[in-house]
Amino acid sequence: MHKERNFQEDPRYRQANKEALIGIAIFILNIIWWYVFAYGLGSGPPEDYSYICGFPAWFFWSVIVNYVIFSFLIWGAVSFFFKDMPLETKDKEVEKHNCQEEN
Amino acid sequence: MAPIIIPLALYLVGLFLLTYYSSRYLNRAALKGTFIEEYFIGGRSLGGFVLAMTLVATYTSASSFVGGPGMAYAQGLGWVLLSITQLPTAYITLAVLGKKFAIISRKINALTLIDILRHRYKSDFVVIIGSLSIICFFVAIMTAQYIGGARLFQAVTGYSYTVGLAIFAIAILFYVTIGGFRAVALSDSLQGAIMLIGTVVILIITILRGGGVENLMRGMYAVNPDLLTPFGVDGFISQGWIMGFWVLVGIGVIGLPQVSIRAMSYKNSASMHRAMIIGTFTVGFLMLGMHLVGTFGRVLLPGIENPDLVMPRMTIEVLPPWAAGIFFAGPLAAIMSTVDSLLIMASATVVKDLYSNYINPRTNNQQLQFYSLGITAILGVAAFLFALNPPDFLVWLNLFAFGGLQATFFWPTILGLYWKRANAYGAVASMISGTVSFIIFDTLSMRPLGSHHIVATLLIALAAFIIVSLSTPPPDHKIIHKFWGI
Repeated sequence: MHKERNFQEDPRYRQANKEALIGIAIFILNIIWWYVFAYGLGSGPPEDYSYICGFPAWFFWSVIVNYVIFSFLIWGAVSFFFKDMPLETKDKEVEKHNCQEEN
Repeated sequence: MAPIIIPLALYLVGLFLLTYYSSRYLNRAALKGTFIEEYFIGGRSLGGFVLAMTLVATYTSASSFVGGPGMAYAQGLGWVLLSITQLPTAYITLAVLGKKFAIISRKINALTLIDILRHRYKSDFVVIIGSLSIICFFVAIMTAQYIGGARLFQAVTGYSYTVGLAIFAIAILFYVTIGGFRAVALSDSLQGAIMLIGTVVILIITILRGGGVENLMRGMYAVNPDLLTPFGVDGFISQGWIMGFWVLVGIGVIGLPQVSIRAMSYKNSASMHRAMIIGTFTVGFLMLGMHLVGTFGRVLLPGIENPDLVMPRMTIEVLPPWAAGIFFAGPLAAIMSTVDSLLIMASATVVKDLYSNYINPRTNNQQLQFYSLGITAILGVAAFLFALNPPDFLVWLNLFAFGGLQATFFWPTILGLYWKRANAYGAVASMISGTVSFIIFDTLSMRPLGSHHIVATLLIALAAFIIVSLSTPPPDHKIIHKFWGI
């Protein structure tokens, strides 16, 4: 990488990167939850299944509860960890100028 | 027939009103000389609810309402387990592309995904391969969606295939050319709401008709105990294969240009936050509800051989006519909301990425406006004509469209944002190796690594990207400065 003395990274990216990692972490948790309940409870023969609310237990936990829990988890994660920030560039005039040169 | 037609007619009136509303923005933008930005991206002004709905509705297509539930009918609860891998679609796309994508697209004034790739990689190859991939795959998907929609229309209303097709094509062309991206996004919201209502209605009625969930499960057990397992009938759904769907319809969705473009169209960070929440609740409910209805159908209407007929027959035979009309508007809305987004994005690709970059860079606003509308009309009519008499190559292309688009764009988009060392050579290597390997795996129906072939495809594309990037010079520091600097 070129060593540029006056290169300073956009400070908003730190938070943006953090949010991307939170999204991926929830995604991985989502897969684990889904996998553990589906195959942990559902691998036996169907005549031995237990039922919750009419559904086989594996299905109730890995699909229905999964949907509810992860929807609320996203709600919580967004409310607590995601931050409001301006998306515009500060000196718009300079940017516009650069853009015209590029195109 | 009348009760079925009334909700449909109301739906068309709703579309018309939204179009009129959007056209005022478009006319105002035309006077200000910002027509292109308004037409292709709605002036970056989507709020949270509209963003969530347009994201979900664009992604939710005929397969979620017809093909998927049909498979759930055949395979039972295992297919519902598979469908719920789509739950992350909204949150993972918005979290990963996130604010960075929105910030950069404002910095360089990008209106298309290709704009971002062009500024990031400075390579004509990336632009041209990417554009061709979008145009070919999009036309193939649009044609397939038109065909699905017109068949469904025929099955439910009894009118001819051609009439159904013509209504679709005219309605879509009308609101896209008059209202632009804003009309697309707003009509997606209406369509998303219709899909939600339709799903609630059919789910409740199916459960009532079946005498409750417990009864339905007992019925499924009596048909075939396999229907209650996560493995499908005779182990059709293997663990490795189903895991691949977390990639194909989960995280891989980030690679779909029609999805990622939405990550640059929202107004502010609050709308993104709200869209992540609303989008996740919505997409999960739609997938869970529709696929459950498919499995319940096995008890209510046993013995349907062709899975694609399950939902049309459920609509007609299980629902009372008034509910059939409401429900039936659901898949039609799903289809239209997919086609409209593809149509406007394919037009943007032709006009903005190819024409004004390569053929005539000196076009003024007036000309661009004229060409944008013209190209939208041409592409819309072309897809209509193709659907009347589907050419083999489009049917063939549609088979790999979903995975092919992901193979082309997934890594160039993500690594372009998060890896400073990513360069044009790596991007081109990734796009070509990904698309080619996906087509080969698909044609030979291989399941490499014991999973869905999208997994191996994306690994190959990633390896190609990293190896080629590291063995060629790093990108110019001006690019890094523009993308990462202040």
